[in-house]
Amino acid sequence: MSTTDKMSSTLKTDIIVYGCILALSGLQVVLAYQHAQGTQLMLRMLVVAMIQAGLGVMYFMHLRDEKRNLLLALIPATIFVLLMMNMIWSDSFRLLHMRPK
Amino acid sequence: MSEAGLMMGGHVPGITEESPFAIPSKKLVMWLFIMSDAVTFGALLFAYGYVKNASPDWPEPFRFFPSIVNVMLMTFILVSSSLTMLVATRAAKAGNKASGIRWTFITVAGGILFALLHIREWLGLIREGVRLFQNPWGSPMFGATFFAITGLHLTHVIGGVIVLTVVALGYKRGRYNSGDIEIWSLYWHFVDLVWMFVVPMVYLLNISR
Repeated sequence: MSTTDKMSSTLKTDIIVYGCILALSGLQVVLAYQHAQGTQLMLRMLVVAMIQAGLGVMYFMHLRDEKRNLLLALIPATIFVLLMMNMIWSDSFRLLHMRPK
Repeated sequence: MSEAGLMMGGHVPGITEESPFAIPSKKLVMWLFIMSDAVTFGALLFAYGYVKNASPDWPEPFRFFPSIVNVMLMTFILVSSSLTMLVATRAAKAGNKASGIRWTFITVAGGILFALLHIREWLGLIREGVRLFQNPWGSPMFGATFFAITGLHLTHVIGGVIVLTVVALGYKRGRYNSGDIEIWSLYWHFVDLVWMFVVPMVYLLNISR
């Protein structure tokens, strides 16, 4: 396979990923107008956004082409920090339900 | 190796080691910046969720037209600009300098269009009475959180437009190379990906029913 062939096939992959990301954005709008509300809706939206982010990081930012060391150095630590931020939710419910009358 | 060789950054086994990631230092720095910036946006979105969760009268002001249609258009433009940036990077890497510069400027145009649409969205809300600490619909914190998150993102877009312009012009004059185009394309894709979280959290969870 020549260099040009290789590049055009990779560009084809990029266009497919571009289409997927746009389609997922459309899906988010459809989800927003369905009956689900509150936590259910937020979780569905987050799952779709994470799939979009995963596609973007792996294909647009080419992290899948880098050494696995880089992925292991960057992604788990970032996800860990973001997961640790979830400890704030209990306090936000306290504010909602236990505020002074 | 001589002392002079060491001073010039020469590799000496046992003293310096090879990069474990096999990428240029500039690219590694960009990745580290992107990850720290992701945490910054994450913290802002968590803070937004906290305030929204704790407010019983959180406003839901976004109607399908014009707000959601505008957001869909902005999303299309930003994601498309990521694709044009990919084409620019690919062309620059292949040694096609003119094409790389042309596609980078098309990306810049997409960024400018996105920023203009975003500012139009802001002005619409401001005309409806939204301020940092007051609005006509409910919790006064809505304006502060909305403008903080979308404002930080808009700042990133405007910053990206400026940097991509500078890098493209520098690439044209030979000051920068295709590696620099590739490194700043990472930043641009990141700005695109952050928008994927801002849209559902800030707009789609607050649609007017």
